[in-house]
Amino acid sequence: MPGKLKAKIVAGRHLPVMDRASDLTDAFVEVKFGNTTFKTDVYPKSLNPQWNSEWFKFEVDDEDLQDEPLQITVLDHDTYSANDAIGKVYIDIDPLLSSEAATVISGWFPIYDTIHGIRGEINVLVKVELFNDLNRFRQSSCGVKFFCTTSIPRCYRAVMVHGFVEELVVNEDPEYQWIDRIRTPRASNEARQRLISLMSGELQRKIGLKVLEMGGNAVVGYLQCFDLEGESGLVVRAIGTACTLDKLSNTYTPATAINPCNSSPSKDIKDSPQAVPSALGCRSTHSSPVHSASSRLSQGFSVSVPTLLFAGMGSGGSAGKEAGPLKALLRQQTQTALEQREFPFFTLTSFPPGFLLHVGGVVSARSVKLLDRIHNPDEPETRDAWWEEIRQEIKSHAKALGCHAVVGYSESTSICEEVCILSASGTAAILSSRFMQDSALDTEHRFEDLMSPGCAFCHIPYDELNMPFPAQLTYCHCCRRYKVPDVLFTTIDLPTEANVTGKGCLIQARLCRTKKKAQGEGNATAISNLLPFLEYELHTQLMNKLKLRSMNALFGLRIQISVGENMLLGLASATGVYLTALPSPGGIQIAGKTPSDITYEQHISNMQKKINDTIAKNKELYEINPPDLVEEVIGSPIPEPRQRSRLFRSHSESSDEVSELDLSHGKKDAFVLEIDDTDAVEDIHSLLTDAPTPPGFYSCNTEIMPGIYNWTSALQMFTSVRVFRLSNVNLTNQGLNKVFNDLCENLLKSLYFKLRSMVPCCLCHVNFTVAVPEDELIQVAVTAVAMSFDKDQTQENGRQSIDKNLMKAITENEDQLQFPLELSAESSSNPLNSAKGLSEVSGPLPSARAPSVDYSSFTDRCSSWIEQLRLKAHTIRCGSIKTMSSLEKASPLPEGRSRSLRSNRSYAGSSVTVVKMTPLSFIPGTKIIKYLGIINMFFIRETTSLREEGGVSGFLHSFIAEVFAMVRAHVAALGGNAVVSYNMKECVFMENPNKNQAQCLINVSGDAVIFVRESELEATPPQPHSASAQTSSSGEGT
Amino acid sequence: MRRMSMELDVFVGNTTIIDEEVYQLWLDGHSVSDAVRMRLESDALSECEASGEVLHSDTMDQYRTFQMCERLLHCPSKLANQLLFQIPAHRQAMLIERYYEFDHTFAREVLGKKLSKGTKKDLDDISLKTGVALKSCRRQFDNFKRVFKVVEELKGPLVENVQHHFLLSDSLARDYAAVVFFANSRFETGKRKLQYLSFQDFAFCAGQLISYWTVGAVDNMMEDMDVDLEKEFLHDLKDLKVLVNDKDMLDQHKSLVCYQLKGKIKAFSEMEANFKNLSRALINIASKLTNTKDVRDLFIDLVEKFIEPCRSDKWTVGDLTLFLTHYTSTAHTLEMFRFQILWERYMGVIKSCILKMYHD
Repeated sequence: MPGKLKAKIVAGRHLPVMDRASDLTDAFVEVKFGNTTFKTDVYPKSLNPQWNSEWFKFEVDDEDLQDEPLQITVLDHDTYSANDAIGKVYIDIDPLLSSEAATVISGWFPIYDTIHGIRGEINVLVKVELFNDLNRFRQSSCGVKFFCTTSIPRCYRAVMVHGFVEELVVNEDPEYQWIDRIRTPRASNEARQRLISLMSGELQRKIGLKVLEMGGNAVVGYLQCFDLEGESGLVVRAIGTACTLDKLSNTYTPATAINPCNSSPSKDIKDSPQAVPSALGCRSTHSSPVHSASSRLSQGFSVSVPTLLFAGMGSGGSAGKEAGPLKALLRQQTQTALEQREFPFFTLTSFPPGFLLHVGGVVSARSVKLLDRIHNPDEPETRDAWWEEIRQEIKSHAKALGCHAVVGYSESTSICEEVCILSASGTAAILSSRFMQDSALDTEHRFEDLMSPGCAFCHIPYDELNMPFPAQLTYCHCCRRYKVPDVLFTTIDLPTEANVTGKGCLIQARLCRTKKKAQGEGNATAISNLLPFLEYELHTQLMNKLKLRSMNALFGLRIQISVGENMLLGLASATGVYLTALPSPGGIQIAGKTPSDITYEQHISNMQKKINDTIAKNKELYEINPPDLVEEVIGSPIPEPRQRSRLFRSHSESSDEVSELDLSHGKKDAFVLEIDDTDAVEDIHSLLTDAPTPPGFYSCNTEIMPGIYNWTSALQMFTSVRVFRLSNVNLTNQGLNKVFNDLCENLLKSLYFKLRSMVPCCLCHVNFTVAVPEDELIQVAVTAVAMSFDKDQTQENGRQSIDKNLMKAITENEDQLQFPLELSAESSSNPLNSAKGLSEVSGPLPSARAPSVDYSSFTDRCSSWIEQLRLKAHTIRCGSIKTMSSLEKASPLPEGRSRSLRSNRSYAGSSVTVVKMTPLSFIPGTKIIKYLGIINMFFIRETTSLREEGGVSGFLHSFIAEVFAMVRAHVAALGGNAVVSYNMKECVFMENPNKNQAQCLINVSGDAVIFVRESELEATPPQPHSASAQTSSSGEGT
Repeated sequence: MRRMSMELDVFVGNTTIIDEEVYQLWLDGHSVSDAVRMRLESDALSECEASGEVLHSDTMDQYRTFQMCERLLHCPSKLANQLLFQIPAHRQAMLIERYYEFDHTFAREVLGKKLSKGTKKDLDDISLKTGVALKSCRRQFDNFKRVFKVVEELKGPLVENVQHHFLLSDSLARDYAAVVFFANSRFETGKRKLQYLSFQDFAFCAGQLISYWTVGAVDNMMEDMDVDLEKEFLHDLKDLKVLVNDKDMLDQHKSLVCYQLKGKIKAFSEMEANFKNLSRALINIASKLTNTKDVRDLFIDLVEKFIEPCRSDKWTVGDLTLFLTHYTSTAHTLEMFRFQILWERYMGVIKSCILKMYHD
């Protein structure tokens, strides 16, 4: 008997009137866990009952504790007929199972009914007593902490990063069971909610077991998704990154607690070149009493990782089954997590300093499958096999890029009828082994040593003579020692240490393609055939838009392909930045087809002028003023018109030999857009129609906006959903494109307008999801957070205030002399032979890779586009000196704002805790002091009186508000005051206006936390800042 | 050509966004399309370059939010502990205050009427007459009714009750107290002769009556209601008749007043000539107040019997002030007059009411 769950029902309030005659309610409560049910007494004739019940005790296995939610049902007692249900509350008790999370759940929960929405609130107390050492129980994994956050949570330290964990469970969807024909919608919805809750619990428990097996104690970047496969079932799957986390002791000052890079003046450096950058980087940090440098640091660091990996590459570039390339490494480091895991994948998007060495580029794989009924829910082998296949492919792509790991990894599906597109994407990368092995590193000092310089991650990891795809390489503009690509696409967040010029912005590529309606295999074939074109076009658009903004790198790239009956939607979102290390992008050159025609010429030159103007304007807008580089010979700026292959029209990776040569020494290349057909004209138009963000607004889909550091504490998380009906059925591709494009643009415009009071402000973590819920419907949902920043402060000030600890480490690091890392990368003649890898990497062409013979599962992979780097070290002073003015300067404003928010009128016995929600992993100006557990909630709402509820908009508006309310209530009951890494993973909306009905499913997740304002933490203002003596110029560069 | 139509369009913030300008448009009873037009025309938004489409979407969202909040606004204390909308406390206060604010022109029409269905039917006419949109009239009327219903049966000070239950500002709570008080006592305010009086005039008078003539006025304990005038007091007022019935006393009173005012007021001769009539008028009003019907006619009586004669004699406000001051104070020096406290309580209110009502 490993645990006792105790629940107490205290009171209710704002209950609905259930008895029309008396305008009152005779309420009582059923408390159910597993198969045990308790009841409170009936509290007669009140809308605010005070049950004050005894403690209901459930003696249960901890396995059940993990799987089952506590189910609380509020009913109205009726002497003569059946009792009417008022509504339910499901409480996930998982947070109580971890000693470091919440200890009690206590508070007001909205009473939720799937038909009527929120109907009053109930006050509940829940506690858990665990009896035994839980580690002895095989089936449960109590105590493993889960985090949605895709970085190491703020008050923890990574001791080890074990690697990828995944699991999926399947079941029949209650909505499609025969019994659904005879039961009420309410019963059906509740069955579904409960089932998904159970499945989530089970999934989490199973993943927890895997983590324990690996020796970890936490899952970071936990992403759980549902696939509503309709007739064929319900799949709940999750991926995450297993870690061993150490809670940072609270005795640290906040600054040092997170600060990964403390003072380590170091003579050892020279002895251990690998560790050098960091060690130096630390020299100027403010005095940190806690750590001092240690020579041990460098000893543990294994340079051999990449080297051996490269060797491994040679052995088998093909879709090698196992972690072959790692074998050599493994021999050395038997504990390495990479060995244990079949897939060296990481769902993290930002990393402890020194973890991410080099980035290769985006790798992605898609596969089109035909769904069939899941016959045996206990053996979800088919689904497992599908994902296995995709992951293998991702792995081989990464190898082709000379990388041994994939970071920022995520998986998704799009389902339409019986066709399902599985997608996976990530960023190929080379990681330091430091967090992947147990031994050798003194954990106390783990963080201190290596700090990669602001440009190292851009250096290509692959062999320049054997590039996996055509790309133009130049010497790094920061260190000038190692090669960098001309553009870099990644799915991760901008590394905090990255040197960026100017500000970034949200870049989206949008595409709509019609598709003939078809069934079964035919449909799947049609889709697989379309996919490569879709991806290629999206890529082209991204590239064009990137150039138009005069930027050279994309972060947080997320491509969503959504399939409908008669169309495919593609939406790629990313944050464009100008990486100082990468070459300045050339302009965009338009080339006409028939140069003889004068009017045509004129047209072309007009367009060219427009484009040039836009580029100039954007440069100003995003403050992109890269230091002039002298070293490059200004060569022929514009390559000769190239072959007119449509596919290569505007592709940077164009493999035109001649231009390649031109470009290689003429860095000021232009990007040629050839106008050879109407499509191209459209493209250019769409390129220019993206409305600029209004003054005072910035936007990005990453955690942090490069170039903005001085956030205030004003933030507003929001969700906006739009559904458009295409009334003209016979739209062309171009027509559809325009519609879709306008849709997204208008949505953004509306957001800017709504949030105008927050200016200057940045929309961060802008997350678009598109869907085709019905034939002529397009649904776009956006979740993001608007954060105000303080315009007047200097960048440096702000930079401190945002996340001063981390930042500090970095800014200072930039200043340092970097010694070369002697990694033998270049020697690793990296035979990227893998025919497969190559073809997929470079091949936008759908090519001959016919959908596999096995018709039950069509696969077509379109592959990866890729951008890259190189492993090498570098010297050079790339940062410069910074002014570090006191942190406190940054705080007055946020503080002021927060105060005004709090200013209560005396009356407001405001019993409701304010709970902030944000998709980011942090809240500016605050420090997270405790993670209370994961929030993972699934709700269904249905109505049969759509018009009365204000139509579809009224219905969804209140449902979303209700979901927010329930999330906030759960967080508050756990004792928290914020949700970080909030994500609305699913919003499935279905309507039938003719029947006056609608149904919506929403799935949200996040981490419940307690934060405190930094201003409150640091009662003693001016912190000694040894660094403040330094002067500065932010323009890194030489 | 519009190739598509918006099927659904919502925006939900974790902190509920409230645009005060749109809120006012909603409160004023404008339709969405009217509101969009007005916002397009307003200067405030010109710098945002918002298109009609954007404004329409925003206005719809806001209107929906307000509609959802309205249920809560009916019981403002719920707004503070509901979970559905996260609204900072000061914004909650704004929402409530604005929701309960009313047009004085509208209130003037309803003042003293029974807050019943019958009156509700008259709202069309009131809307036409005052130019306040019917929707807005309905909201305001319903607010009156709601406040009335809640406060009617409560013990303790009226203003505080309103404030406590509806979380309103002090001044707004006072206005509501006036409305409730008038509705409860059904004071006549609709007569043509009373048309020149504004809501503010009446609200002031109501404040005076509430402060000095109700049970709560003398007894601070929360025992009785503040809504009704103190019966005992009204009954005692009959005793004041002595001031006009006793000829000696009347003469003595007159001479004392004349002595005090001689040379100080312009309308002295008129006053001297009219003193007995004026005094009789005030005392008669006092003595009749036991009768509910006469209580209702308090204001019309004051106007007809006192204010109009003074006005026709062209008394200035200064004259009137001096007269009432000395009229009140000299009574104390009358040897035979024993009702000093009663007199003070009566005349204090009457004096300030008359002075408030004495204008064109």
